[in-house]
Amino acid sequence: MSMIYEITLIAIIVAVACALPGVFLVLRGTTMVSDAITHTVLLGIVLAFFITQDLNSPLLMIGATLVGVATVWAIEALQQTKLLSNDAAIGIVFPLFFSIAIILITRYAGNVHLDVDAVLMGELAFAPFRRLVLFGADLGPRALWTMLVILLINSLFIGLFYKELKITTFDAGFAAAIGFSPVLIHYGLMTLVSLTAVGAYDSVGSILVVGFMVGPPLAAFLLTNKLHVMIGLTAVMAVINSIAGVRLAFMLDTTIAGMIAVVTGVTTLLVFVFSPEKGLIKATVNRKREQKKIDQRLKEIS
Amino acid sequence: MLEQIRLLLNDYTFQVVALGAGFLGLLSGVIGTYATLRKESLLGDALSHAALPGIGIGFILIQRKELSVLMLGAIISGLIATVIIQTMSRKTVVKLDSALSLILSSFFGLGLVILTSIQNNPNAQQAGLSNFIFGQASAMLRSDVQLIGLTGLVLLVLVALFWKEFKVFTFDPMFGRTLGFSSKIVESLLSTMIVVTIILGLESVGVILISALLIGPSVAARQWTNRLSLVMLLAAGIGFVSGVTGTFISSMGARIPTGPSIVVVVSMFVFLSLFISPGRGILARHVACRKRQKVFMKQIRSLEE
Repeated sequence: MSMIYEITLIAIIVAVACALPGVFLVLRGTTMVSDAITHTVLLGIVLAFFITQDLNSPLLMIGATLVGVATVWAIEALQQTKLLSNDAAIGIVFPLFFSIAIILITRYAGNVHLDVDAVLMGELAFAPFRRLVLFGADLGPRALWTMLVILLINSLFIGLFYKELKITTFDAGFAAAIGFSPVLIHYGLMTLVSLTAVGAYDSVGSILVVGFMVGPPLAAFLLTNKLHVMIGLTAVMAVINSIAGVRLAFMLDTTIAGMIAVVTGVTTLLVFVFSPEKGLIKATVNRKREQKKIDQRLKEIS
Repeated sequence: MLEQIRLLLNDYTFQVVALGAGFLGLLSGVIGTYATLRKESLLGDALSHAALPGIGIGFILIQRKELSVLMLGAIISGLIATVIIQTMSRKTVVKLDSALSLILSSFFGLGLVILTSIQNNPNAQQAGLSNFIFGQASAMLRSDVQLIGLTGLVLLVLVALFWKEFKVFTFDPMFGRTLGFSSKIVESLLSTMIVVTIILGLESVGVILISALLIGPSVAARQWTNRLSLVMLLAAGIGFVSGVTGTFISSMGARIPTGPSIVVVVSMFVFLSLFISPGRGILARHVACRKRQKVFMKQIRSLEE
């Protein structure tokens, strides 16, 4: 396999793996919590790295995922005090965790291979160089396999708990009333989000993961009202964005993850403006029409 | 130890950096009060990321690291991001947080694309552009502090001049409109002020952590009082003290970055306030709850007898 195909393949898998849990984040309005998670898994990576001293250890992934879940818990504990608004709670927790991580890195890990820039920005172009070698056989890039497993876990979770996710997303009160636990499903989803963020950090970087998680589902959300159609459209958008992003990045000789994020932003904004049902143009036209109607009514009355 | 502290306090670089960080904390405490009360605290996070492409484009245009031009670029791209976010969340069914996270990451991606292409071109001047991502407070110059001070003064004067307009639009925008104030002018002025504050902090604290500086002091101050003027004064004080203390801590130890230590200090203020503030705080509520329980128990017992 040539390099560009490998990179495109990894990009597609990363994009789809991130976008799947994103569907429910967008519907639940908790995308900024995922932004917080993608930042704080850095603390998990650092802490786990101090213990394992190995960047490729599976313990690192588990530790970082746990810190992601702890972030969600901390944010919710702060929100439940009702002393500060929900978004302020997010804005307090993640910079603190992130700062601690940066202080730890600069202070103790200065001479090891753990670099803040790399974690935050990531670089897809290097992914094909890190191979997975098993029993002497070269099985392909490591990132490909990690993300494939995560993609599988995400699809399995959504497939198995489809109705639970659907019902807790759209009507949490009803779900609780008929015996589903919204809290359990919520934490399950958040665990997936942290796992995905940890898996994607070295190819995409933790800031751009958010775009991968939000962009395609948001575009799909603007195009349909059916959940299963939305999931399908999300996957399609993710594939289109990543192929276009990789091509453009190679043409312009620039960062691949960044380019995919830009393409995601552009396609989502295009859908936002032109979507036939919920788009900006449609909304504006509708509002004008309503205004005209009201004006006419007022004239008739007077 | 004491000698070391005395030496540090007399150190010129430390004085400059501490003063700059203190001013920055003060300013973001004041402006951040509006942001948190309007429940738009995460807007700051999105805007700071969105400023990155502006910095890159500003650099490409003049090929030098001229702070004022870079900041102008950052302000323009921050304002574009604000307009997009507000159009998305107000005009259609898109939720605010989806709009925020989409714009945050795609603008940041664009910023990275531009910065990478700058790095691929040989130009010695580009060194230090990536400082904007993490901030480099120790590189603050006297002129930077002057810039922060002057811009900050303008912002504070604006706050004083438009005190009642900002107040009414923070707590009850509908009422403000019925009084005949132009919501467009007041709200865009307010968002511009938030953007300018964020941009001022970018070079020293960095894209990711400036939002904490905007949110922290006002959340901490909010726990102690219900009056806007007092919240703002207290937030300014907490911001200033955090800036100076953070700089102090980072200069005392080896290899402690300034921005993150400022954030840790601010967070300490927040958690302390959440716990011990009288009346509202977690401890106070716990005590009050216990007291009520005791009273109830007494009443029940007296009823039983």
